[in-house]
Amino acid sequence: MTEPVIETRALCKRFGALEASRDISLDLRVGEIHAVIGPNGAGKSTLISQICGGLQPDSGEVRLMGRDVTGWDVAARARAGIGRTFQVSALAMEDTVLQNALLGAFGASGRRLGLFRPALRYRDLRSRALAALDRVGLAGQAAAPAAELSHGERRRLEIAIALTLAPRAFVLDEPMAGLGSEGTKEITNLLNELRSEAPILLVEHDMDAVFALADRISVLVYGQVIATGAVEEIRANAEVRAAYLGDSA
Amino acid sequence: MMRERYINAALLGGLLLVVFWAYTGDEPFTITLATRVAILALAGVGLNIALGQGGLVSLGHAVFFGIGGYAMGILASHAQSYQPLTLGPLVIEGTKSMPLIWLTAMVASGIAALLIGLVSLRTGGVYFIMITLAFGQMFYYFAISWPAYGGEDGLSIYVRNGFPGLNTLDPIQFFGLCFALLLAALAFHAAFKHAPFGLALNAARQSPDRAQAVGLDPTRLRLIAFVISGVITGLAGALFADLNRFVSPTMFSWQLSGELLIFIILGGTGRLCGPVAGAAMFIALEHWLGGLSEYWHIYLGALLLGVVLFAPGGLIGIATRREAAHD
Repeated sequence: MTEPVIETRALCKRFGALEASRDISLDLRVGEIHAVIGPNGAGKSTLISQICGGLQPDSGEVRLMGRDVTGWDVAARARAGIGRTFQVSALAMEDTVLQNALLGAFGASGRRLGLFRPALRYRDLRSRALAALDRVGLAGQAAAPAAELSHGERRRLEIAIALTLAPRAFVLDEPMAGLGSEGTKEITNLLNELRSEAPILLVEHDMDAVFALADRISVLVYGQVIATGAVEEIRANAEVRAAYLGDSA
Repeated sequence: MMRERYINAALLGGLLLVVFWAYTGDEPFTITLATRVAILALAGVGLNIALGQGGLVSLGHAVFFGIGGYAMGILASHAQSYQPLTLGPLVIEGTKSMPLIWLTAMVASGIAALLIGLVSLRTGGVYFIMITLAFGQMFYYFAISWPAYGGEDGLSIYVRNGFPGLNTLDPIQFFGLCFALLLAALAFHAAFKHAPFGLALNAARQSPDRAQAVGLDPTRLRLIAFVISGVITGLAGALFADLNRFVSPTMFSWQLSGELLIFIILGGTGRLCGPVAGAAMFIALEHWLGGLSEYWHIYLGALLLGVVLFAPGGLIGIATRREAAHD
């Protein structure tokens, strides 16, 4: 068996009396979309933060391609291959769409950031950024300020920036949050294509999208993974139905 | 933005025009005023890189201005008295050469910015303002209690320092020198803004999470920007001391740090020529209203209030918007 791309081992995180992560062990394997679902307050965001480096676990470890990265900060993990998106879009709103994408290309290239030559004149990085924008259908808006994008376009720009990093794994925090059915469909198609590039750890509320995309699903309730398995297993799991899906699912 | 470019050209051209008029009309005092504008604008350009691009509200930039001033004062006073400066085993000759003084001023303020930045950039927001203010006060009181270089009374330099090929005592030539340095700093700022480093720094200001998520370290970016910013303000300090042929602890005062911030806010935060517009406005008010009343700062306060409340883009923001409404 090949090594998992991302693996968490017995992650525990407490905030005072609240156990946000309780012994969470899960992995993201090559070529798959692994969805993490769970009700609000189940600890999904805390889990993502620990994987991406924003939060340190109290105990347990995070491994990226077999390497223990638990002590690394966010930037180091990004350079090592985690391409993430945020639940609430985190973009440089005054900058153009292309500049936002370029930022990812520069960050990933690991080059020294020059003080003089205009960023747009770095041909190779510019074409990398434009290619990523093209993938998500934003090439036409490259020159527009990010602030002028619609909510759905911002979500796609986030994915484009992650793409410019040429990541080993995508970690997507509710990429469909706040989107209508049309937008959700677009992102679903996009993610379906992306899985060939790098596996995706997907935290998402939209169950239709999750069932359509995921190879495996982990269910998080009160900071604990109560089940992990293929889509059909999760659908059939009585405990999951009781805790989360409701009997209608 | 094209329109802003025209306004910038008009601003700088206007300053040159005033100097030309003063030169032909034999009004050296006006040239000196314009030189002050150029030097203070240069100091402002330095702060604008930290504040406008990096979002660092430094209330301690007088530290670098003062270090630049004292670099000039100390080197020139040793040259003046023919007493070399001894630092332990190190013996440094004083100098009256501007390029050497500038280099010293820039290196010294760069080192100070690095050390101050390492401490203060661990914080943010109000704490950053307070820590930079605290550093400013430390330097201010240190200068006051340092008798070797005049203490509270400051230090006079009798003859302006020299620049190869120029007669720096001629007001128009000294103005030319300061204006050229201002242009160089503006050109640097313009390039910096669109270069990869500027892009990353601006992104880190707007969304630190985003910068980190693409593998950039916001604190490191800010530290480098803070050092660049300090170096430019330090150079301006050396020029300012040379303009007055006098340095005193007031160059370290928090009022001066505040004035630098005012230039930028008046002119337009982050705007290329914001500090030029701000410094010109400040000097003009000081000159005209200062003649009417000792309390001219009241009017400055009112103007600042108006800008902050009604025109957050500053004077340049107002100008570009009015231009925009025309077409």
